[in-house]
Parts: sequence; C-alpha cells; structure tokens
Amino acid sequence: MATLENTASADGTAEGEGVRRRDFINIAAVSFAGVGGVVAVLPLINQMNPSADVLALSTTEVDLSGIQPGQAIKTTFRSQPLFVRQLTEKEIAEADAVDASTLRDPQTLEERTVDGKTQWLITMGVCTHLGCVPLGAGEGENKGEYGGYFCPCHGSHYDTAARIRKGPAPKNLEVPPYSFTSDTAILVG
Amino acid sequence: MSFPWANEYTPKVPLMKWIDERLPLPRLVYNAVGAGYPVPRNLNYFWNFGVLSGLALMIQIVTGIIMAMHYGANDLVAFGTVEHVMRDVNAGWLMRYAHANGASFFFIVVYLHIFRGLYFGSYKAPREMVWLLGLVIFLLMMATAFMGYVLPWGQMSYWGAKVITGLFGAIPIVGEPIQTWLLGGFAPGNASLNRFFSLHYLLPFVIAGVIILHIWALHIPGSTNPTGVEVKGPQDTVPFHPYYTAKDGFGAGIFFILFALAVYFAPNMMGHPDNYIEANPLSTPAHIVPEWYFWPFYAILRAFTFDFFFIPAKLLGVLAMFASILLLFFLPWLDTSPVRSGNYRPMFKKFFWILVIDVLILGYCGGAPAEEPYVMISQVASAYYFAHFLIILPLVAAFERPDPLPGSITEAVLGKDYDGAETAAVAAE
Repeated sequence: MATLENTASADGTAEGEGVRRRDFINIAAVSFAGVGGVVAVLPLINQMNPSADVLALSTTEVDLSGIQPGQAIKTTFRSQPLFVRQLTEKEIAEADAVDASTLRDPQTLEERTVDGKTQWLITMGVCTHLGCVPLGAGEGENKGEYGGYFCPCHGSHYDTAARIRKGPAPKNLEVPPYSFTSDTAILVG
Repeated sequence: MSFPWANEYTPKVPLMKWIDERLPLPRLVYNAVGAGYPVPRNLNYFWNFGVLSGLALMIQIVTGIIMAMHYGANDLVAFGTVEHVMRDVNAGWLMRYAHANGASFFFIVVYLHIFRGLYFGSYKAPREMVWLLGLVIFLLMMATAFMGYVLPWGQMSYWGAKVITGLFGAIPIVGEPIQTWLLGGFAPGNASLNRFFSLHYLLPFVIAGVIILHIWALHIPGSTNPTGVEVKGPQDTVPFHPYYTAKDGFGAGIFFILFALAVYFAPNMMGHPDNYIEANPLSTPAHIVPEWYFWPFYAILRAFTFDFFFIPAKLLGVLAMFASILLLFFLPWLDTSPVRSGNYRPMFKKFFWILVIDVLILGYCGGAPAEEPYVMISQVASAYYFAHFLIILPLVAAFERPDPLPGSITEAVLGKDYDGAETAAVAAE
C-alpha cells in the first residue's frame, strides 16, 4: 500500500488532491463490513426479547358472580395481577364527583368501564410507577387516601376509579382489553 | 510506569530468569505490587481499602463459582436449590453466607475507598482516569449485585427485579420495550432469571479487567498521599513490598476478623427475611427495599413525588438517581481547587463531613417506608447532595484560603530539619 502511494506520488499525483479510487474502495469496504457487523449483532440483541411461548397471547376468563358490591378479587392475566372490583354506589359517586380534567391522567370512570356496567372496574394490579402490586383488592387492606388502591412501595394513592391521585405514579392503573361474555363473566385479553 | 529510582528486577532463581526472558510476567508483578513500585512513605490506613476491595472481589468470585456448581437457574427450582445449598451441600451454608455478606463487605470497603478519594482529592489531575475507571467499576458492581440478589428467587428478589427494571420503563417511548427486553417477558420470569445468572457470572470478570486498567492508570503518576503533595524524590517513597504489603496484610487481618464475625454470628443481619419466602407475583412485600448499599440512591429515586413542568415525577426520580452517580464523573472538573488533601482545606473539610452525614441520612431514608417525614427529609437531603457537587465545591474552590502545605512528604513526616539530609539516611538503612 505504502509502495503504491509512493509510486502515485512519483507519478506526479500530489497527495490530498481529490478522492482517489483507492479511498473510495477503502470506505466502501469498511462501511459494508460495518453494516454486516450491525446486522450480525441484531439477533444477538433480539434473542433477549420475549420468546414465542411468553408472547403467546393468553386470555383469562373471570366469573363475576361471587363478587359483591365493595368487594374485589385478584387474579392473573399474562402472569401479572388483575384486579376485578365491583364498586358501590357511594364509590361511583365519589369517582364521578371529581372533575377529570384536574387529574394527572385525565379519565372519567365511564371511560374506564364498559357502558352500562360502570360498577365493574377491571384493571391491572400493577402500579404504573415501578410495577408493585397495590393494596386495596384484598379484605382489610389499606385502600389509600382516596378509597381505591394504595401502593406500599413508593406511596402512590389511586381513587375508586383506580386513577392516580397522589404519589409518584404517572398513569392510572391500566385497563386491559376485555369484554363481557355474559352478565356475570368477562373474557380478558 | 514508575519513578526513575524504582528498584530494578533481578531474578535470583535461574527458573525465574528463564521465565522472565521469555515472558516478563515476574517483572510485571515485581513492578506493580513488589519492591519495584515506590509508594509515598506516609500513607495511612485509609489507603488499605483498594487492596481490601480486590480481596473482597476474590472472595465473591471463589464462593460464587462454588455456589454455581450447586444452583439451578430456573424459576421452578431456583429457590429450592438455594435451600439445598444451605442444608445439604457440604459447607454450602458457609459459601452462601460468605457470598451474601461478602457483597455487603465489598460495598463497605468500596464506599470507604470512594470517600477516601473524596476527602484526599485523589480524583484530581493527573489521576482523573483512575477516578473515572473506579466509577465504572462501581457501576459494574451495582449491576452485578442487583442481578445476584435476584438469583435466590425470593420475594425481595422478584420485586427488586420488577422495581429496578421498572426504572427503565420510565424512559419516554422506548422505556417499556426496553423493560420487556431486559426481562424477556412482561414480568420477571424464567427468562429473566436465566439471563441474570449468565450476566452475574460474567460481570465479576469484567470488573477484574477494569481493575487492571484502574491500577495501570494509578501506576502512571503513582499513589497520592495524605498530604496531597506530589513525590519529589527517593526520600519521599518506600518500596511497596515489604512496607505496604505488610500494612495491607494487617488491614486484611482486621477485615477477615470482622467478616468472620458477620458470617458466623450475624449472617442475616444485612439481609431481608422476606427473601426466604419464594417469589410470588401476586403479592408485594409490605415493605419493599433494596439491599442496604443501594439505599442512598433509592432515597433519591423516591424523593421525587411531584411533576416538574412536563416531566412526570417517575421519570424525574429515575433521572435524579442516575444523575447522582453520573455527576461523580464530572467531579475532577467541578472541584477546581489546586490543593488535593482535605487536611489543608479548612472550608472543604467541613463540607466534606456534611456530605458524609447527608449520604448517611439518605441511606437511612432509603431503607425507611415511603411516608412522612422520610419523604420530606429525602427531598432536602437529595437537594443538598446535588448542591454539594454542583454549587458548594466550585464556590469553596474559588473562595477558600487553604492552609500552608508542607514542602514535601518527608518534611510532613519528619519535620523541616530532616528534608535535606534524608537521602543519606535512607541510603544508610
């Protein structure tokens, strides 16, 4: 290579004058190898994403018949906790009394439930802060200052529509996709 | 790589001569930690903690490799195999308790090592690279310790994994895909456990590699010392061996006594009882906290309970926590005082001790429940932590009038009269 360059200089081609054919070949070859390297790394990174068995969409059927107003149950959806709660008239009134536009994550109770089934509040039991399971679904657990759910990890308070009211969590408890298969059963997922 | 008066390596045994001519490894060791490395003669016991950190890493690697022979990284059996190590494996209980307490002791000596550097200005030119590499080691240690804590698959393991990977979920847009990618699922599961085990086994060796760079960078200018005055001649130094091998050996003895006390008499003192309950995705422990060595950073994370303009509280906390460590990478350029040692900096010295107390308060709040008054105290202490580095240090450097420095290390040790005649005295020894 050095010999060739010297020869070129001897020919009278001054160094640094324009782009040489060899420069182009050099850059093209290294770039191509670089792209190849990146492509080769992609599967090495992608193997860490959820595998097919984890991704396989599961659906969960929940029987609502045993849940009285004011009661809630904990079940699982995609191996994460799911809260199913029947609200009392009082809890619905409390949730409706709040002007949704003043909230951190503005949503009304109606937007978070199915039409005509406002009393059924179905949410993930995963705090939107850092993923702990909030308290409030079990009998006698701390429901927080707004009567909904309370996350003990970092002190997030959710109201009776599971909306974030106080503490570090940025979002309301997530409402998963679900539909009523009968008056007393839902299919989540 | 050393001072010009460093002893030359001359092999005494023919075998060593034969090796040295073909692979100069004996020479490398001699020049790095033997009689060929001259060190300031006035180092105090705070200079033991570098060697002790290396010792702690060795304990972790040995006990860890042994436990990996008996552990199963699968969510169905992991919890059981840890109990199998404790009850069935010969001396398994010793290996596990030494490994768990070894992690705590590793952090104890590393924190003392870091605060030594903060007080004596070890991060200042020309040793910035030593400091930066040390911080890289610290970050690797935190990642390793976190992943190791997940492996027993107890309640704290599971929820720690969920909360810590949840930190990445706070990043806008790409956060949730990153969290899912880290866990290999939507919640911690078998995929997470397997990869954490793989990386937990790998990272200590990466740490060992960065330690070699750390020591290499240190040996370019040589160690600093309690006066912060640079070495000026042969009279200021003694050979690393036997002087500091002996001093470090004494420190190691004290270390092992304390370590043995913890392992044999209070092995669960620094752990959480909740981690002896198998992981349950449906129930969060009432009081979920990380291991004690993460508490100061955890307190900073939890201090942000309010939104700031358009940045949500969750993201703020995460940013502040990472910033509290990344900030230290800029320390050599934030503290502009030319005087290294806190011994000669009357204002800096006071603020240093306030910082120590501040970090201890943060640590206490990080281990406390997320309720008042701890949230408010965390907020004030976090604000002070950042103020110390970003405001106080530059201002102190600008306005402080340092005490007069000794003329040399020897003068600081023996008084003014000895300085000139010292060379002869050393030669006479």
